[in-house]
Amino acid sequence: MTNRPAKVRRRPSGPARPSLVALPILLMIVAGCDGPQSALSGAGREATDVSRLFWVMLVGGAAVWIVVMGTAIFAVLQPPRGARVGNAFIIGGGVVFPVVVLAALLAYGLSMLPDWAQSGTRLKVHVTGEQWWWRVAYELPDGTLVRDANEIHLPAGEPVEFVLTADEVIHSFWIPAIGGKMDMIPGRTNRLVLTAEKPGTYRGVCAEYCGTSHALMAFSAIVHERDAFDAWLAGQAKPAVVADSVGARRGRDQFIAAGCGGCHMMRGVVELGDVGPDLTHVGSRRTLGSGILPNDRETLEAWVRNPDHLKPDVAMPGYAMLPDADIAAIATFLEGAK
Amino acid sequence: MSAPQTSLSHVDQGDPEVRRGQEERLSAVWATPKGWRYWTAVNNSEVGLWYICTAFAFMMFAGVLGLLIRVQLAFPDNQFLSAEAYNQTFTLHGTAMMFLFAVPIFEAVAIMILPALLGARDLPFPRLSAFGYWCFLIGGIFVCGSIFFDAAPQGGWFMYPPLSTKQGGIGADIWLLGLSFIEVASIAAAVELIVGVLKCRPPGMHMNLTPLYGWYVLIVGGMILFAFPPLIAGDFLFEMERAFDWPFFDPERGGDPLLWQHLFWIFGHPEVYIIFLPSIALLAMIVPTFARRPISGYSWIVLSAMGTGFLSFGLWVHHMFTTGLPSVSLGFFAAASEAVAIPTGIQIFVFVSTLLMGRVTRSVPMLFAMGALAIFVAGGLTGVMVAVAPFDFQVHDTYFVVAHLHYTLFGGMLFPLLAGIHYYFPIATGKMLSRRLGIWSFWLMFAGFNICFLPMHLTGLLGMPRRVFTFPGGLGWDWLNLISSVGAFVFAAGFLVFVWDVVRPKRETDAATRNPWKAGTVEWMLEMPPKPWGSRTIPKIESRYPLWDDPEFLTKYDEGRFYLSDAEEGKRETIITSVLDAQPIQCLRVSGPAVITMIAAGMLGASFIFATFHWWWLTIIATLGAMAAIIFWLWTGTAQHPEKAEKDIGLGSLVPLYISGPKSTGWWAMFITMTGDLTAFLGVVFGYFFFWTVHEQFPPGGTTAPGWQWPLVAGVLLLAAWAATWGARVVNGRGRVGLARLLLVAGPVAAAAGIAALVAGPWFSGLDPTEHAYPAIVWALVLWTALHIAVGIVMQVYCLARSVVGHMTPVYDTDIWNVALYWHFMAFTALVTTLVIGGFPYVS
Repeated sequence: MTNRPAKVRRRPSGPARPSLVALPILLMIVAGCDGPQSALSGAGREATDVSRLFWVMLVGGAAVWIVVMGTAIFAVLQPPRGARVGNAFIIGGGVVFPVVVLAALLAYGLSMLPDWAQSGTRLKVHVTGEQWWWRVAYELPDGTLVRDANEIHLPAGEPVEFVLTADEVIHSFWIPAIGGKMDMIPGRTNRLVLTAEKPGTYRGVCAEYCGTSHALMAFSAIVHERDAFDAWLAGQAKPAVVADSVGARRGRDQFIAAGCGGCHMMRGVVELGDVGPDLTHVGSRRTLGSGILPNDRETLEAWVRNPDHLKPDVAMPGYAMLPDADIAAIATFLEGAK
Repeated sequence: MSAPQTSLSHVDQGDPEVRRGQEERLSAVWATPKGWRYWTAVNNSEVGLWYICTAFAFMMFAGVLGLLIRVQLAFPDNQFLSAEAYNQTFTLHGTAMMFLFAVPIFEAVAIMILPALLGARDLPFPRLSAFGYWCFLIGGIFVCGSIFFDAAPQGGWFMYPPLSTKQGGIGADIWLLGLSFIEVASIAAAVELIVGVLKCRPPGMHMNLTPLYGWYVLIVGGMILFAFPPLIAGDFLFEMERAFDWPFFDPERGGDPLLWQHLFWIFGHPEVYIIFLPSIALLAMIVPTFARRPISGYSWIVLSAMGTGFLSFGLWVHHMFTTGLPSVSLGFFAAASEAVAIPTGIQIFVFVSTLLMGRVTRSVPMLFAMGALAIFVAGGLTGVMVAVAPFDFQVHDTYFVVAHLHYTLFGGMLFPLLAGIHYYFPIATGKMLSRRLGIWSFWLMFAGFNICFLPMHLTGLLGMPRRVFTFPGGLGWDWLNLISSVGAFVFAAGFLVFVWDVVRPKRETDAATRNPWKAGTVEWMLEMPPKPWGSRTIPKIESRYPLWDDPEFLTKYDEGRFYLSDAEEGKRETIITSVLDAQPIQCLRVSGPAVITMIAAGMLGASFIFATFHWWWLTIIATLGAMAAIIFWLWTGTAQHPEKAEKDIGLGSLVPLYISGPKSTGWWAMFITMTGDLTAFLGVVFGYFFFWTVHEQFPPGGTTAPGWQWPLVAGVLLLAAWAATWGARVVNGRGRVGLARLLLVAGPVAAAAGIAALVAGPWFSGLDPTEHAYPAIVWALVLWTALHIAVGIVMQVYCLARSVVGHMTPVYDTDIWNVALYWHFMAFTALVTTLVIGGFPYVS
């Protein structure tokens, strides 16, 4: 988040005792804030467009609400009006006004509909929804895939095409700060084009209910300048680094011995299974457990012991039966896999 | 009965002695059973009351679940509920609110007040209402009770596959079968209410004099008939996948999860208006009363309600904007979604216009009406926002939508409903609710509602998705969620004030005076407290607001100077009129208290519950028991021969006691039921063609199985069975009873052979329904059709038996009329099934 201009930060305490009348006003002020997951922060072209559309609709909607309710309250308080006024009101307010306003709104709003047919040589990112994590692969111009999991890295200022599907159940891919969401449906492939604009770290989530730990399925979306992105991608394409220490090497051996490779791909170390997230560069990730936990030793160890405690119903079995020293070594190894 | 056999035209209604005699006889006939037999009552005033109380009980249950949700989300990383418990909680909250409260409460209130609004003594099929109620009660307890055994569904109220098809346990089955069972009750009530509005209006009440509530009931009843069946079709396919592994929604075997989404939302979107319109209908009765003038723009509001109902069927895709549909579809459905704002807006403006032109009296119902307006207009405006597809890409499945839907449902449904309960409370109980408590409960609920749901718009825009059991702190949601949680409890406090007001012991001073709101519509002619007979005499209607327009109206009513002022034969009677101009055409004897309806509902409920646990033998036994109970009920309770052909109902009208065919209520009920059934069948057919659109080659691999030969044989046999049934009706009417019986023997034989031929096609061509979606959908069509034909066989045999024992004669022929009508629908069903499975593979 370092690259983003620090805009209005919401005061943690808020104004004292907001009354009902002040609430909408308060909300308008608070709305200025942009969290890492806010659709109003406008870090991408699509989000910026929609955010502008929202403010226009909010002001228009508030005006309509005030006029309708004002008339209704006036009607209750005032003596009767003639039938001509009443009929004019039904036709004017019920027919003419909405037809005009809704037509204008549709013209404005639908002009933002994406043109999916448009296709180019832009970067393609394949994302598959799993229960409850994200399988990610970057498609290089030559067609090779660079695999990763639970993080999305994007170059700023250019459209990126996401190729979305799901393995078992429906998920939905959403980075609110950059643009709208798209469902990931087993047996179907959906496309979504987003243009990130402001470099920074944002938070994406699964937006479609996908089972027990739906709430625990997030990811970091990191927007880089183009050069930094290229450098990151080149690093990502390399095999795993085993830190040059006794602990890390022991951890690697334990990782293999405990059978972790049966599910987790770790390029250069063990390339057997492909059921769980790719861990080749797990040490360099911002988070663990798919966007829900800090990436540190303590969490790594806790996860290896009892992942079910951190993410209910997760597929990975716990390894609490391993000696503490082995778990610590595995954590050292994974931490060093930058 | 030793009642005098007087013809009303000769009775002196001015004589108090005569009137007292009439009232005694009416009281005896319409008396509510005492003791345990109270529960065998079928009269609308009892069934309606039970229905309303039960729906509110489920609402409070679902409300407590809502509060649990708010406790869990009050703070980030809260541990109050586990993930599984939370997921069951939100699933059941939505499911119960929608299926056990929002829709049933419409039916409950309508059953309660519709006869009064129409000046009728009861609805045409009281036992059907009671049957529907017991189904609702059993199904509702079954679905809600599951959470106490940690077995509740947890797939969300929309139950999207593959999540819900893959889920273990019986939660999803409870949802599918429990709710299918409740949908039976919904459709039963819809049939009852539609026939009620069409055929039970008082003499003189032309369609354009019908109270607006009646119009809305008609429109909403019609919507139920077309909206619920696609869901029933979906439930059928879904349960076949769960129980027998037929892969309709499994992409690995040619299925598609989106088929369910289409079927669900073809139901789900109209359902929003099925919930909303009846509440607007209550406002349409309340607003003119307190504006002290007729509604401004009667035709506008009727036409726009129809428009809303019609358009609501063309919007379902806006729930699927993010499923990756082409931009053309998005644009079309966005425009259609915006368009529905226009007729909906007109209805709002009609109310405001009525208020503008009237001199408004302030009252608790008006307070709720104004609150409803404030909330609903806000919800409508956010609806206009989410209909713009690109905006929906951001807010879909977030708390913004949670806020939007609660604004529309609270503003569009709950507040008008509470206005209506305050308004109509005297008609149900003879008492008034407290003005002071009403004002307290309103402001607590109004404030609590807004504190709870207004911030959620922002919570959603700040990125909080729906259906999350927890959320991390520091994303700008912490305070917003806490405020929402506080608001939810303020709302609950307001609702408890309302509940207290309803259940508190009433004092003398709470007794309602006659027409307490000084309304103009016909239901306020009733005595206070109301009598068990409903209307003392069934009025002749000449205007929309007879109590305002005719100063003599109440006197004529009290003196019994309209129709059916007596019950001289000791039977429960009401008047059936013609559909458009409400001319009296029959004096209908409606049924009285019965245990058999309860038994039938219990048996049917048992069969659904046993199926949930896959106890197939018990399921079959219970199903047969339910069929036997229903046949007993029909045999003993319907189409009875009256003791005379015609009856003088007063004001010089002599009408028949027995009619059959398109004029009779039974025929209409069959027609309406079968329209719904046909819609469900078309839902299954839609599935077939949906698969055709998503597969490059369908049937897969260019197969032509099940071939054209067997389907052709089946089609011919089934059409022969239809012709035999139709022929039996015609020749029976002409007095050739023997030939009719012969045809009623030939019909079942042809039908049974037809079923065999229908099954033979896919059977002998080796189509395995678990292999791929194609054989599965072919078998689904065959199964659906075969089961329906089997029911048709039972009906044919029933008519044959009725004829043999002399219940069915050339004059008393309503049984064969209705069965022939059923078979018209069967002919169409069989034709479509055989053409699709036997013909389509050759042309695709």
